[in-house]
Amino acid sequence: MLASSGPPELTWVKEVRRTADAIRRRVMEHVLANDGGYLSQACSAGEILSTLYLRTMRMGPSVAPPVPPPFSGVPGRGVPALSGGGYHGLPGAELDRFFLSPAHYALVLYTALIEVGRMAPEGLEQFNKDGSTVEMIGAEHSPGFEMMGGALAQTLSQAAGIALARKRRGDGGRVFVFLSDGEFQEGQTWEALQAMAFYGLDRMIVYVDVNGHQCDGRMDEVMRIEPIQTRIESFGCRAVMVDGHDPVALDAPTRDPVAGRPLVVLCRTDPCHGIPLLESRRPRFHYLRFASVAERESFRRFYDASMGGGGR
Amino acid sequence: MEVLTKVHARRLVEWARDKPQVVVLSADLTSSTEIAEFREAYPDRFFSMGIAEQNMVSFAAGLAREGMVPMVHTFAVFIYRQALNQIVSSVAYSNLPVKLFGFLPGITTPGGATHQAIEDIAVLRAVPNMTIFETGDATDIETVLDPVLSDPGPVYVRMLRGEVPRLFPADEPLVPGRSRRLRSGSDLTLLTAGICTEEAMRATAVLEARGLSIEHLHVTTHKPFADPAILEAVAKPRFGVITMENHTIVGGLGSAVAEVMAEKGVPRRLHRIGLRDTFAHGGSRPYLMRKYGLDARALVEAVEELVGRSLGVAEPELEAVRIEPVHSLAKAEAL
Repeated sequence: MLASSGPPELTWVKEVRRTADAIRRRVMEHVLANDGGYLSQACSAGEILSTLYLRTMRMGPSVAPPVPPPFSGVPGRGVPALSGGGYHGLPGAELDRFFLSPAHYALVLYTALIEVGRMAPEGLEQFNKDGSTVEMIGAEHSPGFEMMGGALAQTLSQAAGIALARKRRGDGGRVFVFLSDGEFQEGQTWEALQAMAFYGLDRMIVYVDVNGHQCDGRMDEVMRIEPIQTRIESFGCRAVMVDGHDPVALDAPTRDPVAGRPLVVLCRTDPCHGIPLLESRRPRFHYLRFASVAERESFRRFYDASMGGGGR
Repeated sequence: MEVLTKVHARRLVEWARDKPQVVVLSADLTSSTEIAEFREAYPDRFFSMGIAEQNMVSFAAGLAREGMVPMVHTFAVFIYRQALNQIVSSVAYSNLPVKLFGFLPGITTPGGATHQAIEDIAVLRAVPNMTIFETGDATDIETVLDPVLSDPGPVYVRMLRGEVPRLFPADEPLVPGRSRRLRSGSDLTLLTAGICTEEAMRATAVLEARGLSIEHLHVTTHKPFADPAILEAVAKPRFGVITMENHTIVGGLGSAVAEVMAEKGVPRRLHRIGLRDTFAHGGSRPYLMRKYGLDARALVEAVEELVGRSLGVAEPELEAVRIEPVHSLAKAEAL
């Protein structure tokens, strides 16, 4: 072994990397088959979600049907709410909860559930199909969701309410929230951080995909949120900045809780990670719709050559 | 007429004693929404959320998901105007038992257009799963809590505070989905809500003395709006139907009655008393009720228009409108 290669990578780290690559590969397949989709979110968030599911969070096995059930109706009088939370197992006092806020990451979340064995691959065939719960923008009934996150910034506040209720019950389990960096442009996010700090919700851990881009382009050209770390700290939460593609760095901050202080893990990510071809789309990564047959073919060639495509 | 003070403040403490699931959230208007007594009695069930209503509403949804019944208290405008998306996406869609107590309905505050909730019923009536109650007297305030709790989903309560008359017997509780019948008659049907009921009662006796037979219903449930007594009452009057609300005539009680009449094919005229698609401004309640046509005189004029003749009602004949000082001992602030 060459001296520069460092110590051998731990088994779980290899597994996280393999899973992150598998998420990107499956999302790429979906995008190729459907002529578009939320691809860059798989690039930026693959390692974050894989680390959380495989290493960081404590959850029971899925209790939901491997293939998601069809949509059965909205909650209402006499109609209970259908939750996608069963894919995260039954809740338990010592177990963690996980809420993904930016619901347009749904494709990535569903794919992550598949790659960590919580949902059947066939479930993704229902994505964005009429009458399905596997919706394009994840809703309360969609696999892995329990709330209506589509209106950004509301999930963090709801999760804080859940965390306060759990704190009063004395639960040892934690409440994880996945946020996109664009949500820090929403006033409600700051209201939530303020309340989380005020109530000392130290079992709340927020992972932020800091990919620096939003629908209109580069965040620092649309509406600047930097210096995000010091801003969050000034609101009374702990904020750490990590390499969002490094599983060890992603997991480490949760091993060192500080009493009374919520933790925000800012994950610096690359919106083209693993698919450098996406660079051609810079700075608008939010939703990929192929502009031409030629562009789609260029992505297919990349998939075949570099992502192990064709053989699956 | 008996006038009581701080009815909600007292009742909430007494009522919540054996209901540990009930928690109260405040957005820096604790005294102004009569929950200071609750905070003193049950400090561990009181959550101060600061002037941050959007977080407060979504946060309440999280508490509700864990089995609590959060009762959010603030001025109505700061609930439905400041946090409508949170009401819709965090609370109403999921049919969560978050109870929203909105104070300062319509022109009951001199705080002006930013503080006067004039379209809350219109806005929230359009939100699926939402139940809407409005209180009009001390008995309504005292007895709305049980229906609020027994409703499995989100409820918005249009609340009164401070000095409130007792118009209805204390042992006749508010019944969800049922109006209170105050008079029976066949010439005109009058449907009123909130503070307009007391105001209408100043005119109805005078009108009956003029030989008019009036059916008067006090509406406490704006949604679901399905009281069979209302359908029956709007179908029968000789001259027509009048609604009277401390709210814009667009989308509130008048609109709900119009919808019922149109859908059932009731061939009667409808006169809607309320804010006529206008904002109001800061001033005393009697001044605003007069200026914006929400008072007993406005009702008499509406009746005259429907019956097609002058009734010769002189001003002194209408009981003197209750004059309230802007600064009341019952209020922490003059708003």
